[in-house]
Amino acid sequence: MPLLGADMEAGTLVEWLKHPGDEVHRGDIIAVVDTQKGAIEIEVFENGVLDSIAVPVGQKVPVGTVLAVIRGVGEPGAPPVPVRPPAPAPPAEPAVRPRASPAARQAASTLGVDLARVAGTGPGGAITLADVEAAAKPAGAPKPAAMRSAIAAAMARSKREIPHYYLSTAIDLGAAMAWLRAANEARPLDDRLLPVALLIKAVALGLREVPELNGFWVNGGFQPAPAIHVGCAISLRGGGLVAPALHDADKKAPATLTRELRDLVARARSGSLRSSELADATITVTNLGEQGVDAAYGIIYPPQVALVGFGRIADRPAVADGRVAIRPIVTATLAGDHRASDGHRGGRLLAAVDRLLQEPTAL
Amino acid sequence: MTRDEIRDVVLQALTKIAPEVDPASIAPAVSLRDQLDLDSIDFLNVVLAIHERLGVEIPEADYAKLLTLNGAVTYLTARQAAPRQ
Repeated sequence: MPLLGADMEAGTLVEWLKHPGDEVHRGDIIAVVDTQKGAIEIEVFENGVLDSIAVPVGQKVPVGTVLAVIRGVGEPGAPPVPVRPPAPAPPAEPAVRPRASPAARQAASTLGVDLARVAGTGPGGAITLADVEAAAKPAGAPKPAAMRSAIAAAMARSKREIPHYYLSTAIDLGAAMAWLRAANEARPLDDRLLPVALLIKAVALGLREVPELNGFWVNGGFQPAPAIHVGCAISLRGGGLVAPALHDADKKAPATLTRELRDLVARARSGSLRSSELADATITVTNLGEQGVDAAYGIIYPPQVALVGFGRIADRPAVADGRVAIRPIVTATLAGDHRASDGHRGGRLLAAVDRLLQEPTAL
Repeated sequence: MTRDEIRDVVLQALTKIAPEVDPASIAPAVSLRDQLDLDSIDFLNVVLAIHERLGVEIPEADYAKLLTLNGAVTYLTARQAAPRQ
């Protein structure tokens, strides 16, 4: 069971998409688990053959539990991992047993479904196998109460453990917005760029210059990340927040980033994010400008060591070439972990983001 | 397509992005982004869904005409009637 965020302790196996004997490849989705942040697709990190499954559907196991064994192609089968004992038996059945088919009854005990709570659609209101399966299926969409407590745990830990420092810079987006408008005129609808993609790309490129803001604080020390995966804070309809990663954001064109961000937002809201997206972010970017705020001073998502916030892009009076002019301005902020970096280096990142946004064609 | 049919297409696109919204509760002359809490990505997805259903090109410069339900229906009706270039 992978750790999908600093606040996760356990997950429930919802579905196996591969079965013993199936060949699996790096990046394949092998299973779906249910967490406080909704249903997450679990990816495979190596090529091989699925040898055995150790956790049955419906079981909740702590982070770190072996879910399945994968062997290299051609390797002999490993001794099977003992299947974990099923969850404790449900409380005694009510005096009046609900009418249910034998298959439904068996499935209910395997899946841990309480038949008394299932509405039957069979003859005479009997509970069918399909009813049980439908009842066992957790809604993919994240559950607000569980998500609230996950956010509470992560944010409280962050403010308890991380000595935050905060910096801010006003950035002139005149060049970037003009370039964007011209570029979008020639682009079909589904390939148009959003300003936030330029902001994310500038942060990702800037991190190459200030690597001590890209990585994790673990075991009392800073561990730089080998790649730049930008976590994008996405608010969910109905409340809550996730920050899945745009992988290798420094290497992707703004059009690709826009497309991937649109896809991430759609999947975050429908509850079908992948394990690597939730676990891999090396920094977080939050863009609260759409709510009309001028600047966003964020809380770092541990074990990351920095968070960049953007406010609203608004026309403001600014001095350019010795004259006051109206320019589109955005305020960029940095929340930095003072254990891992100092304000001087943090300032370097914001300065780099500013410089990079002045040359949008290079983004 | 009639105005009413276009209105349905717009409402379908909106409720796909914001499934908790009751289409009947949408005020026709109030900003959609404000009343439905749409961000720029949601808005882009709404425009895309409309484009796919109606086959109408919608330049970015015209996004402002889609800000309310009435505005969107009027714009799309005229746009659909206009000869393709």
